Order: sequence, then structure tokens, then C-alpha cells
Amino acid sequence: MRKILLFSIVLISGILLTGRLFYLQILDTSYATLSVNNAIKRVYDYPQRGHIYDRNGSLLVSNQPSYDVMVIPREVKPFDTTEFCGLLKMTREALKTRLDKARVYSPRLPSIVIPQLTKSEYAYLQEKMRKYEGFYIQKRSLRDYQVDFGANFLGYIAEVNRSDIEDNPYYQSGDLKGRTGVEKQYEETLRGIKGVKYIQKDRFNRDIGAYKNGSLDTIPEPGKDLTLTIDAELQKYGEELMVNKRGGIIAIEPSTGEILALISAPNYDPSLLVGRQRSANFTKLWYDTIAKPLFDRSLQAEYPPGSPFKTLNALIALQENVVDTQESFACHGGYYYGSRGRKLGCHHHPSPLSMVPGIANSCNAYFANVYRRVIDKYDTPQEGMDRWHHHLASFGLGQYMGTDLPTGRPGYIPDSDYYNRAYEYPKYKWFSTATISNSIGQGEVSLTPIQLANVTATIANRGWYYTPHIVKGIEGQTELIPEKYRTKNVTTIDPANFEPVVEGMFGAYNYGTAAGVQIPGIEICGKTGTAENYTKIDGKRQQLTDHSIFVAFAPKDNPKIAIAVFVENGYWGGRYGGKIASLMIEKHIKGEITRTDLEDWILSHSLEEEYAKPLSGKPFPINDGKKISGKVEKPIL
Amino acid sequence: MGITSRNNRGNFDWLLIVIFLALIGIGWVNIYSASIDPSGVSDFFDLNNLYTRQLLFIGLSLLIIIFILSLDAKFFERFASVIYVTSILSLLGLFIFGKNISGATSWYSFGSFGLQPSEFAKAATALALAKYLSDIQTDVKSFVHQLRAFVIIALPAICIVPQPDPGSALVYAAFFFPLYREGLSGIYLIIGSITIALFVLTLAFGPIYIIAGIVLIALFLLIKNRKKRFGKRYYYILPLVSIVFVLSVNYIFQNVFEQRHRDRFNVVLGKEVDMKSIGYNTYQSEIAIGNGGLTGKGFLKGTQTKGNFVPEQHTDYIFSTVGEEWGFLGSSLVIILFVGLMLRIIFLAERQKSQFSRIYGYSIAGILFIHFLVNIGMVTGVFPTVGIPLPFFSYGGSGLWGFTILLFIFVKLDSNRVNEW
Repeated sequence: MRKILLFSIVLISGILLTGRLFYLQILDTSYATLSVNNAIKRVYDYPQRGHIYDRNGSLLVSNQPSYDVMVIPREVKPFDTTEFCGLLKMTREALKTRLDKARVYSPRLPSIVIPQLTKSEYAYLQEKMRKYEGFYIQKRSLRDYQVDFGANFLGYIAEVNRSDIEDNPYYQSGDLKGRTGVEKQYEETLRGIKGVKYIQKDRFNRDIGAYKNGSLDTIPEPGKDLTLTIDAELQKYGEELMVNKRGGIIAIEPSTGEILALISAPNYDPSLLVGRQRSANFTKLWYDTIAKPLFDRSLQAEYPPGSPFKTLNALIALQENVVDTQESFACHGGYYYGSRGRKLGCHHHPSPLSMVPGIANSCNAYFANVYRRVIDKYDTPQEGMDRWHHHLASFGLGQYMGTDLPTGRPGYIPDSDYYNRAYEYPKYKWFSTATISNSIGQGEVSLTPIQLANVTATIANRGWYYTPHIVKGIEGQTELIPEKYRTKNVTTIDPANFEPVVEGMFGAYNYGTAAGVQIPGIEICGKTGTAENYTKIDGKRQQLTDHSIFVAFAPKDNPKIAIAVFVENGYWGGRYGGKIASLMIEKHIKGEITRTDLEDWILSHSLEEEYAKPLSGKPFPINDGKKISGKVEKPIL
Repeated sequence: MGITSRNNRGNFDWLLIVIFLALIGIGWVNIYSASIDPSGVSDFFDLNNLYTRQLLFIGLSLLIIIFILSLDAKFFERFASVIYVTSILSLLGLFIFGKNISGATSWYSFGSFGLQPSEFAKAATALALAKYLSDIQTDVKSFVHQLRAFVIIALPAICIVPQPDPGSALVYAAFFFPLYREGLSGIYLIIGSITIALFVLTLAFGPIYIIAGIVLIALFLLIKNRKKRFGKRYYYILPLVSIVFVLSVNYIFQNVFEQRHRDRFNVVLGKEVDMKSIGYNTYQSEIAIGNGGLTGKGFLKGTQTKGNFVPEQHTDYIFSTVGEEWGFLGSSLVIILFVGLMLRIIFLAERQKSQFSRIYGYSIAGILFIHFLVNIGMVTGVFPTVGIPLPFFSYGGSGLWGFTILLFIFVKLDSNRVNEW
């Protein structure tokens, strides 16, 4: 016993310690991960984000270097604070607070002293920096906007948030990511792929060299440049025209589905969301709940389409063979229906009218008749309704347009289910008269401006369209844009049935409701729209001044541009919408403006007063003071 | 004289020497890895490099070895008392001339080098104890003689504790092993073991369960041995004393121990402790060792080692570098070398004819064992943090020389055993 005690204790201890090592090194694998987190740092090498060009190759968005003044508190030696503060244009107290904060964060890790110096500030500072030990300048890349328009579709980039990081392991805290517009939609194309370097750290988190001699490191892949379908000139001009108005303009090239201009008013300067003032500016835009500058009206606003919708009803009627181009309908200041003499009013125009002049003069009675014939063609109104819905769906209405922009709304096209629910069918029955407002683009139907522009492009093409899209090429190559935007969508309406409608729209421009906006030398086909609209004030439904709507395409044959204009509360179609549309068309086709009277009128007129009315808290007149809101039924153009 | 020296030359235990050289060599390789500056290239011969200094220490220790082996074997027995007294004086001298390095006044300073007398005191104490116990008039079973032996052991320990360096003082517990080998009553062993066991168990599980356990065992023994006539009172007294001790454990732990000692116990017992601050050393060391896996990250490739995450890595925590860079294979090889060294020493001690040599052998086996167990136990997280070095491995001249002297006096004594009768 005495001889073997120490001997056994030594042996047993050796075995136990070996067992402990076996557990730590072989059985428990969690330590290896802990070690990696603890000792290996990943440093990312961010590639330049791709540039954005317009369809003519002019640069819209590039990158600018930005310079942050950084400090490593431990390495700071005593320095001339007065001079330094002078250079950085900051007070001594501010510098002291910054340095104290940095020291609290970490004496050994860099902290920002002043973020985002401009290029000129940097140039001045650069030579003197070496005098200040512990301070250095770090370069970062920010977006540099060459234009002050187009913020709605260009979108902005912002630091990723927690859910971005959780959703996509590519992103690390501090990374930038497209938030809206093409920056969001084409995020992966524009951003490229960041490179990564693995760095060995010491216990103070300081770098002490490459891990495994850099064998795991990757090289960054640069971001790709985007070419947009937008015509910067046209876009800029459109935004100028929309100053002091609310609404949207969408111009599409019918033969390709390319969006030439996508204007939402009010808009903002995209460079507001870059740099030191970004946060303050964003807050200001975000909390403007009245004008809603961050709300893209061209894609997201769902308006009653008004009279331009009549062209669709005419097409459906022709396709369903319920009317021909010769048959005329009388209009007695409106359309009377139902047993109690209800009336869908109309304005003054020659009567009776057949289809082409019916469109040109936008006769409500004509379209009420035609619409009822479509619905009543079948045994039940349900069947007729669904048939009508089926045709409209082929124009992409009542559903998301599928553009290559991250926002959008489906609008609404009712079907039989909707009315069955609304009228509690079969407890109660409903007939075509119940849905009569659809005939003139009021009632249950709603469209976004881009849907209306696409309808116009489809009419211009006589029956087909490409899904509207905003990207023309990636790195200059058109093949790289998605297949979807290179595939024709054909409507359920025969091409031949489009001709009378085109003629009607041509008539509207020549002698009808849009005769006031003619431009010499261009054959425009247009259609005015004046849409009643309502808002809620203190919970009560209140009518506002009508929206001014206009759709047009030109030239009549081989069209180059199809356009839809919505101006909120612009009173009637020809007043704002028609003028703006014809100016845009002239700008696009001629490249210069001859109707300067129209231009002057638009530029000098503001609707801000109109927009202030519902907020005044008092009863207010609508439609240019002729009526007090919410009182009288009025004719619809 | 001529005959003696010729005999001596052939009688060194080469196995001990080979293991010693292997440990020194492996130790230096790991100190090199733990202390090399990863960012810049520095001159290998620059004495600011810890590994260069350690190489110098190793060179000097070879001179010490030659010196020790060239002395007469009887020198150590004859001069044991002188060496012991000198050593005690050198420890006392620290209170006047000592230099304070990182909180402990354990050093005599010579320029950029320091000497730590406590590292040499172990050998001196081992010699003195061996000398006293091997005296023909000493009877280990006599209580007075036990007391004297205890004083010999305790004196240097008492000089070391207030430096403060409780870890080095703890090493003196190693002298229990030679005492026991020479006939100290087993009751000390039992009382000691029970005390430690009760202390640790009470801290881990709380006093209630432990008292219940003691009562159950006592009742069981009482019933089993109820027919015995004598000695029954022990069945009452021993459990009672144990229970009183258990009840006082918390008081001792809370009032006698300092907070850092309590924290170190809590780390090992797995109680709630912040691993980023209090348990940092142990935590980082476990990560480093665990990171090694089966075969290790490879020489100079340990990420934890390179990053200097483990504090004191070149000294007390040097074993974590072995674990990370050489893996389970490398670290178990080191354990096998140590266990082999100690078992060899015990084996050699047993075959000594001279009682002096045997006691000395047991003493150094015990000292090496305490260092080995406490250090590797601490680095692998099964023993509370106690700052004592790993023999032959940890950076430091005094430590290296102390252990070299300790070991080679025994090599010399062993080589001389044929001359004993």
C-alpha cells in the first residue's frame, strides 16, 4: 500500500486528464466554432455599385466617394486641438465628446469622428492628416445622382435592417441595399458580389495578418450597369409640368412596352436621401402624409379611370357583336333607366351618335346602351359580367401589372362574384342597370395610371402589348432582361375591332372633347376623362373636384408613344391632362415645344389651392366654385 | 575516487534524461509558437524574444546539470541542512530586497532578469526532509518527530504565502507522499481525503444533502457493527465532527476565502459565472484546447494562440498551445511523458538502497505530480485557477533551473546507488 499509493495516484490522474482532453478535443465540437468566432475576422471588400443610364446613354446615377474621419483612441498623441477643430469645422467640445464616446466604445477599434466629408473637404484635410496620429480617413462609396428627378423609379439604398440580415445571409450589418425602385428590383445586378478576406485577430480584436495566407479569400465581383428605358429629357420635362399638381404621367413606347417616362407628382430630389442629411430628409418625406411624396402615384394610385374606359367598353361590344359601327343611339342629356326614371347624365353634344363620334364626344348614353347590351347578351347578367371581366383581364386589368418595379397595385375590375356578394344573390337579384356606372369608367372599376397607359398602348398596337418595363439592358445587353418583357401579350379583341375605336380617339382630338390641345403636324389619338372622386372628412363621404384624365397615343399610324395622364382634382380631362399629354407627345416626337401657350398655362397653374380645400375644415365649393361639394349630381365627361 | 567517478558515468538513468530532454524540447517549441510576433519578423537572437531567452535558460540549465553531476553524491546529504538554511534566508530576504512583479514580491532582480528563490526552495526542502527522515534516530511514527518534519516542510511554505504566492505554497503538500511512504499513519491520509471531499461536495451540492449522506452512512455502519464491543464512540464522534465541518464550509468559503478564490471554485463547479470576465482564462484555454481536435491546427497555426486570447499562455497556460496546435495526439503524448517521468522516478526511488535517496525521490515525484495535476487540471478546466507552472514547459529561468536541479540531484543520487551499502 505504502509503495503503490503515489504510483497509482499518478497513473489515475494521467488517465483522467487524458479523458478530459479526449472530451474537449474529440467529443465536444462546440469549441472549434467558438474559436472561429473568436479569432477570425472577415473583412469585406465592397465592389462599386453599378451605374444607371437612361435609354439614350446619359448617366443618371453613379457613385461618389465619401470620406469618414476615423480615430483609434489609443493611438492618439497630444495634438493641436484648435487647428484640428478648425480643419474639421467643429467645436472643441464636440470633438471632446466624440473622442470620449470613441474611447468608451473601444480604445483599440476605430470609431467615426466625422462622417461623410465631401470631396473638397477631403482634399483640404488630406495633406494635414498625417500630423494627427491616431486619426485617419476612410473612404466609402455613396450614390451620386446626376439628375434631380426620377426618384420614384430610381429608388434609394439604405443600410440593411435586422430582417434583411435574417432573410439573406449575404448581408451583414452595415451593408447597403436597394430599398425601392430599380435599386431594389435589380439589387443583385447592381450590387455585384462583395469579396471577403479572412483576418487573424488577437485578443484585443486587432488584425495580425491574413488567415491561412489568404487561401480562403475571394475577389469582389463588380456591380453591373443598368440601362433604363426612361428618356431622361421627357421625364424631366414631365416632372416640370407636374409641379404644384398631384398625379402621374406614364409614357410607354407601344411597340416595345418600354416605359419612356414614369412621373409621380409630387416627387423629390433623389440626392436628398444621400449623405449626412439623409435621415432628416427621409423623416420629412415620410411624415408628409398629405402630399405623400414617397407614394408612387404612377404605379400605386388606384383611380376611377373615367371616360377613357369607354374605349374598352366599345372594344368589348364590337367583339361580342352586340353593336356595329353604324348604329346610333339618342342622348337626351343622359341615359334614363329603371322604373323610377333614374338618369345617368351627359353633357351637351350632337345627338344621336354612332360609335366613332360617340367616342369622340364621349357620350354617356351611347356607352350605357352598349354596356347593357354586353351584359344582357347572355342568359344571366352574371354570365355577361364574367364575359366582360374576361375581356378586361386580357388587358392586364384588375391584376398586378408585372412591371419590373417593386411597387404596384392591381386596381379593380368587378366580376359576377363581387355583385352576387354585394347584392346578396340569390336572395336579391341584380341586373345590368345595377352596374351601369362601369360603362363610363366610374363605379366599381379602378385602374392605376400605368394600367391605363398600357391600355392606350394596346389600342395603339391594335390588340397586343408587351408588359411595361423600365430596364432596357444590363451592361448594355438587351438579352439579359427577363423573358417576360420580350413576350407579346395578345388581348381577346380582334385587331379589326380596334380601328373604329382608334378613329373615335382621333375624332376626339380633331373635333371632340380634346380639340383644344391640338398640335400642328402630329396625328394624335386621344381620349379625355373626368372622374368623380370622393374622400372622407371626419368620417363623412365628401365629393372633391373631379380628376383630370387624358390618354393618347401618336402618331395614329405606327405609334411612337402612348401616354396616360392623371391630375388629381384637375376638374376635366382637357383642362390639365389633355394639355400635359399633348405637350409630352410633342416633346417626344418633335423634341421641342411649339404650343408654348399650352406650356405657359400648365407651368403657371397650380392646384395647391384645390388640395388645401378638404383640409380647411369648412364646406368648400368643388369643380371651380360652381357647386358646393357633395350636393348635386353632375354630368360626367 | 577514480573508481567511483568511472562507475558513476555509466550509471545515469538515461530514460529519465531522455524524457527530460523531450519535455524541454517540446516545451520550447510551444513557447516559440506562443510568443513569436506574428506581425513582424524579429531577429531570432534578439533577447527581447521570450523564446530566445528561454533558449538561453535551457543552455544555462545544461551547465547546471554538468555541475550537479560532477559533484560527489554524498555532497547533497552532507550539505542538506546548509542548503536548506540558505534557501530559507533567501526567501526571507525577499521581504527586504524583493522586486514586485505583477503583484507578487517573489523575485530578486538582476538587470532584465529575475531570480525566484521559491523555485529552488523545493529542492532544498526535499533534501532537508530526506536528511531528517533518514536519520537513524528519527521515528516517523512518533508524534514529536512528525511535528519536526512538518516544521521543515511548513517553514518555506509560510515564507512563500505572504509574497503572495499561494500556488507555490500549495506544492509543499507534495511532501505528504514521502512521509507516508516512510510510515506516516494512514489516518492522516483518510482525514485529509475526507476533509477535501466534504469541502468540495458541500460546495457543489449544498450542506443538506451531504449531512443526510453522512447520517445514513453512520447509521449503516452502526447497525452493521452493532455487536462490536469497543470503539463504538467513534461512530458518534466522527459523523458529528464531519457535520460540524460541513456546516462551517460555507462560512469558511465566504469569510476565509477571497472573492477571486470563490470565483475560481465556482468556475470549476460550473456555477453561474461570467465566462467573459471571471472565467475568462479557463474559458479561452478550453476553447484553444478544444479547437485542436484530434491532430491539432499545426505548428504556428493555432488561431487562439496566435491571437493571444489565452492569458499567460507562455507560462502557466502553455499547455493550451500544445492542445491547440498538436491536438489530442500531441497533448496526450505530453501527458504520457510526464506520467512516464514520474512513474520512472517512483520506480527508481523504490530500488534505492539509501533511505535518503528514496525519500528524496518520492519528494520530487510528489512535487512534479502536484505541478502536473494542478496545472493541466487548471488549463483543461477541472481544477480551480492556481498559478503554478508546468515543469520544464512553462517559460521562465528560475522554474526551469529549479526543476532541473530537483531532477538531476536525483539522477546523481540514483547513479551512486551501487556505492551504497
